[in-house]
Amino acid sequence: MKRRTQSLAAVPAAAVLSLGLAACGGDNQAAAEGEGGVSGEVVVDGSSTVQPLTAAAGELFGEEQPGVNVSVATSGTGGGFEKFCQDQTDISDASRPIAEDEAQMCEQNGVEYTELIVANDGLSLVVSKENDFAECLTVEQLQKMWAPESEGKVDNWNQIDPSFPDAPLELYGPGTDSGTFDYFTEAVNGEEGASRSDYNASEDDNVIVQGVSGSPNAVGYFGYSYLEENSDALKPVSVDGGDGCVEPSPETVGEGSYQPLGRPIFIYVKNSAYADKSHVSAFVDYYIENVDSIAETAGFIALNDEQKSTNEEALSKLG
Amino acid sequence: MTSIGDLAGKPLRAERHGDRSFTSVAFLAALWFTVAFAVLCLAVLLVDAFLDGAVRLDARLFTEYTSQVLPERAGARAAILGSAWVIAVTAALAIPLGVAAGVYLEEFADGNRWYNRLIEVNITNLAAVPAIVYGMLTAGFALSIGLERRVVLAGGIALALLILPVIIIATREAVRAVPVEIRQGSLALGATPLQTVWRQTLPSAVPGIATGSILALSRAFGEAAPLLLLGGLVFVNYDPDGLMSGFTTLPIQIFSWASQPQLAFQQVASAAIILMLVLLLVMNALAILIRNRYQKRW
Amino acid sequence: MSSTAAHGGPSLETGPHRGTPKKSEPDLGAALKRRRGRYGERAALLGLGGAAAVSVLVTIGIIVSLLMPALDFFREVSLWRFLTGTRWAPTFSNADYGVLPLISGTLWTTFIGLLIAIPFGLGAAVYLSEYAHQRVRKILKPVLEILAGIPSVVYGYFALYFVAPVVLNDLLSVEVGTFSVLAAGLVLGIMIIPTVASLSEDAMSAVPQALRHGSFALGANKMRTTVRVVFPAAISGITASIVLALSRAVGETMIVALAAGTRAQVVTGPTENGQTMTGFIAQTATGESTPGTLTYNTLFAVGLLLFAITLVINLFAGVIVRRIREVY
Repeated sequence: MKRRTQSLAAVPAAAVLSLGLAACGGDNQAAAEGEGGVSGEVVVDGSSTVQPLTAAAGELFGEEQPGVNVSVATSGTGGGFEKFCQDQTDISDASRPIAEDEAQMCEQNGVEYTELIVANDGLSLVVSKENDFAECLTVEQLQKMWAPESEGKVDNWNQIDPSFPDAPLELYGPGTDSGTFDYFTEAVNGEEGASRSDYNASEDDNVIVQGVSGSPNAVGYFGYSYLEENSDALKPVSVDGGDGCVEPSPETVGEGSYQPLGRPIFIYVKNSAYADKSHVSAFVDYYIENVDSIAETAGFIALNDEQKSTNEEALSKLG
Repeated sequence: MTSIGDLAGKPLRAERHGDRSFTSVAFLAALWFTVAFAVLCLAVLLVDAFLDGAVRLDARLFTEYTSQVLPERAGARAAILGSAWVIAVTAALAIPLGVAAGVYLEEFADGNRWYNRLIEVNITNLAAVPAIVYGMLTAGFALSIGLERRVVLAGGIALALLILPVIIIATREAVRAVPVEIRQGSLALGATPLQTVWRQTLPSAVPGIATGSILALSRAFGEAAPLLLLGGLVFVNYDPDGLMSGFTTLPIQIFSWASQPQLAFQQVASAAIILMLVLLLVMNALAILIRNRYQKRW
Repeated sequence: MSSTAAHGGPSLETGPHRGTPKKSEPDLGAALKRRRGRYGERAALLGLGGAAAVSVLVTIGIIVSLLMPALDFFREVSLWRFLTGTRWAPTFSNADYGVLPLISGTLWTTFIGLLIAIPFGLGAAVYLSEYAHQRVRKILKPVLEILAGIPSVVYGYFALYFVAPVVLNDLLSVEVGTFSVLAAGLVLGIMIIPTVASLSEDAMSAVPQALRHGSFALGANKMRTTVRVVFPAAISGITASIVLALSRAVGETMIVALAAGTRAQVVTGPTENGQTMTGFIAQTATGESTPGTLTYNTLFAVGLLLFAITLVINLFAGVIVRRIREVY
């Protein structure tokens, strides 16, 4: 019986040990009040595209103000707005501007908000490094590739451009319920949601990376950060939006020459949270002040001057 | 000549009963194959995860919070503690409720009444409802009672609702397996029905209930979708400090890391997977000790 | 009435009895209820009954929270169009709302999953219960249970990054694309093996030794005893485990969302990709649609349909289980 109790004791000990390793060895949260520090929790929810930006901002801000906890969830842009307009979050991450019915819901619940731009993103078309023919595509060619009418009909590269080889067209793209899809379809096909449905759709952009890098005939599209991280396996396709072939890069997207696939990324701040909670206002101020370095850390593209002055205006109204 | 008394309790070996025919051997081989397949799958999974994640199996995995600025430094501390909190709430809610319901349905309910049959069908049906629906249900429920959706308590409720049917079913099967002689003997000795259940039937059914609870809590431990819906965090840099605290869990964190482009995140995700498996082992070991102590062969 | 166990062993007439008694014997359930018991026993009983009632409340809650938005959906899309249409494209500009593609996706993944889980699960259960040494059993059973605990996201990535490219394409030369119902179904089956194995094994272990001894005494060998005596004796528990596995397969979300594909089309072969009902629900619930819109309400319509389908399966299975349950 003694042996059994000994072995019985070993297991809970192991469990406690692993929990203990986690619980100790970190710093104390209760710091930073006094000496002009602020403390509190900033509750953020919304798009998973924007999450890395707000997370980076929260982390960098936390180094200056350890008493402030920025916690970020990813219920999606729509889900984030639902919670935001029900007064449950302080900030909403959004990869698209707020929709009309969402704005109405906020108004009904008395939630006033301010829209701020936090980064630019260039939706990039990518092919594998082994693809040597698809260097530049016009918007018309992109339409032929992705339009709803092309479903079942356009399945070969030489249909996109006669100079391309006779090779099957393998398409990869984001899932149909994502901001990236919404923006791309509107920019290329003229209407949100207008796309052929016979392509490899994935919610996880890493799957697109894997699919495209594995085949010389594959082409896909996603946000710029995925191109940047996988530049050894993929290369971008330049897009001709009417003014010549433009390759996606921080410069071209930032200055607005990468058309039509450059998009702004937003956060929406609850006015009452900004006014009443000093940790929220401190965080938002920090976010906007350091928006360039935050964007770079998270793999996005910095704002141009026009966007920055729009932000300043919006912030000043918040007081 | 061995007597019945000798045979009782000993494992029955093939040799004793003339099992050398081809079909018997083939049968046994087929059984070995099925077990080997399952073990092989597990081994492959573990090796796969280990190869990817071994590089990040270090103390920082336990002690650091997640990091966007420096993915190489990211750790699962908040996720480990969050998972612990949420599973504790889940167990505290689901196990008593599930065992009570299972005992009632099996011992006290008249199986022929229409409403008890309805409950029976109901429960097996609930076991099939996708986890995310429980997230939606809890969200609606929380909204109606004014509870914040993003807190530990709400997450615990969602997971408890998820595993409740499994625990009820397992309890019922376990209680059903207890021979009726045990109950009759207890009643004959003058015990009340409740005393019979509490002191005879239930302890005899503990192994089966433990099995069901292990499977159920393991499943709850691995769920991400309903918690994401409720507002489980993917970036958090503090320890959960109560039932009303925001939280993240290991599956949520793994899911979030795996979908980011940086290689360092893929690696820490694999390391966190290994960590999850180790913690699962610990949970299982604990429950098995309980089960083995009480296991009976009738 | 069976004689009392005067010799300390089971009564020779009728053998050990399992579980709830047959109709021909005095109804213990009613007898239990008639006894008054100690103070507070009524209250305790009510408490237990209340716990069971919670499950009903949960169901009502689910139905209500699914029904309201689903009704909004059906105001705009007719039930007929929903149930018989073969194109499911709610987020596209040329939207369509026929749910058959999703049903076909679920059917294929569930079928393949059960094809794996039932034979391997039952095989493992029989081995553990009848053939394995106690020491081996103590190790193997936990190993199986670990399979159940692996998070479904891990399984999903396993299917996507390992099973599809390495096992299917390279090792077995089955041509599958990035996504396929085969890869998802296989891994789904692996995840469910422990459900079938553990509960079936518990059921078989609970079959009294006397039955096995009787069979051996009559000259049957181990295999015969297992297949002809133990297995049928435990059929109630085994069927329950299979029904649970079926329910689990139909309701599983992450594996199919990651590995089966997100393109809703009517699936005609295992190597094709397709979207399941649960995969669609997961995608829409955490996606960019605005709650309250028609696109978002598709989520509730599909959820309600899923609920109804599993209800029918379980009703059917309940009838079967009751027919074949053996009581000693």
